[in-house]
Amino acid sequence: MNLLLTIIVDGLIEASWLFIVALGLTLVFGVLKILNIAHGSFYALGAYVAATIVTLATAKGLPPALGFVAMLLAAAFVASVVGLMLERGLLKMFYGRDEVVLLLVTYAVFLLLEDLTKLIWGVNPIYATQPYDLFGNVSFGKLYYVGYDLVLIPIAILSGVAVWFGLNRTVTGKIVSAVIHDEEMSASMGVKVKRVYAFAFAFGVLLAAFAGALTAPKISVQPGLSSDVIILSFAIVVIGGLGSVEGAAVGAILVGLARAACVHLLPQAELFTIYLIMAAVLMFRPEGLFQRETARRI
Amino acid sequence: MRRGLHPVVMIGLVIAAALFGRVLPTWTLSLATVAASNALIALGIVVLARTGNVSFGQGLFFAAGGYGVALIANSSGITDAVLQVLIGAICGGLLGLVIGPLIARYTGIFFGMLTLALSMVLYGALLKTSALGGSDGFNVGRPSLFGMVFTDTREADFMLYAVSVVTTGLAGIAATILFRSELGLASLAVRENNLRVEYLGLSANRIVTINFVIAAVFAGASGAFALMAQRHIDPQFAYWTTSGEFVFVAVLAGYQSVAAVFVASMALELVRSFSNLYLPNTWQLVLGVFLLSVILFLPRGIGSLWIRDRHRKNDPPRTAITDGAAP
Repeated sequence: MNLLLTIIVDGLIEASWLFIVALGLTLVFGVLKILNIAHGSFYALGAYVAATIVTLATAKGLPPALGFVAMLLAAAFVASVVGLMLERGLLKMFYGRDEVVLLLVTYAVFLLLEDLTKLIWGVNPIYATQPYDLFGNVSFGKLYYVGYDLVLIPIAILSGVAVWFGLNRTVTGKIVSAVIHDEEMSASMGVKVKRVYAFAFAFGVLLAAFAGALTAPKISVQPGLSSDVIILSFAIVVIGGLGSVEGAAVGAILVGLARAACVHLLPQAELFTIYLIMAAVLMFRPEGLFQRETARRI
Repeated sequence: MRRGLHPVVMIGLVIAAALFGRVLPTWTLSLATVAASNALIALGIVVLARTGNVSFGQGLFFAAGGYGVALIANSSGITDAVLQVLIGAICGGLLGLVIGPLIARYTGIFFGMLTLALSMVLYGALLKTSALGGSDGFNVGRPSLFGMVFTDTREADFMLYAVSVVTTGLAGIAATILFRSELGLASLAVRENNLRVEYLGLSANRIVTINFVIAAVFAGASGAFALMAQRHIDPQFAYWTTSGEFVFVAVLAGYQSVAAVFVASMALELVRSFSNLYLPNTWQLVLGVFLLSVILFLPRGIGSLWIRDRHRKNDPPRTAITDGAAP
């Protein structure tokens, strides 16, 4: 019983930050039709910026709570600026090309960002653990959890609800949906498609960096982070269906639970299981669990 | 491709290239071996890309070939280089035969994702299999050739170079013949529109499967070369960034020409070793810029530098090596 509870709580904690990353990935795919391999790099960028800010804040003697907020804001800001520059300066040159070509373009961006972060922050791991003690410890019966981990869950739910609400219940969201549905038609109705693209990309990047900042206190921030995260968030969005918010949520929970279950029951099978789930979903429902099948032109 | 070279001329060129290794300095020799081995796997990706599908998981067959050869070498003592290449190709091909029919139904981005997922399944499994050395992998002995054992490193390097150049060359000749064949032309038709191909009475799935298996055979053989060159294997063989690099070579080459694959692979290895020498911490940066420039300025790959005109007449302008099967 305890084991089951542990798996569920661990799984949900894992799912929470993965969901935020996957949300950004799925949003960018939905609007721009780009499967962004560099998404993991933005997660890493967020984590690095956050770690730097926390170290600075601690050195200056700021209270940890302030440092925590500062790190989230700084990460989101830096990443969206970089994301905007990238979209306007580079990606727009490749619009209209095949999806696979765009995938390769983002792969190139991934390579670029990988080395740039190494140039800026070096190759040694950075630790920013101060905010991790911010929320104390919580106990469930006999189980003890770090409060920080549990706080991630409501933050993830809030982010998901906010994005869903923004897309489905606001005018901006309607405009974005119109662009997703038919870019040419929305352009002829006066929608500034370019602006929607830039906005959506920057927002997706922001989500990735936000998740990176959130998890920075939990982990050691080091090179290689981006390729590990992107590979998990790929699995999530493919399981849930590319471009679907609900799908990303279900995918994240599945992957989170699968990871937690494996860690506790069969640690050898961790990555293996996640990709097996992904392959199985692709075999039976290539569009993902939450994506309607679309008709195609012959 | 009517004006292409005759296969006999091509075989002559391959032998000349292999013998040329005699005069090359040692550092170029190992570089060229890696380049030839990468060209072989990228050639498989190009073969497959002619059906409109890009595999982001060739690392799966690369690792299957490498591990297959390594395990057989360590258990039965087969060290012959040519045999090892054959074993690698068979391992890759068998796995391709299992996966190919399942995967042939998918197109475009789903095809890419599924191949990536499968290679990561293998990676995840290898990483945790302690019998195979886990994340550290394990070592294998130096390869021999037809009973000859090479103790001199220079001789051993040359042997490996010669075998890899000849194998890759033969694969290139086979691919050229394939491209000109009925199957090769049908593959291009699948890339254009797979449903129409079905209406014409051909099985698009079958065409994709055959190309997939060919790509898997090439990848398995390439895995054998990588193993022989490093004399060590680890799960990194199946990691997605490894597969990404092979796609990189294929994109660099474009899908029109076999020779372009060799040029692209050699170019990549040269860029890599020079940036290793002069910009040791930023070679990925160089690689990224290189890839972006090729996609931007040579959307049809290096091959378009010398075969641009021939295709303009009967081939509508395409944007990439694949340019999606789905409209």
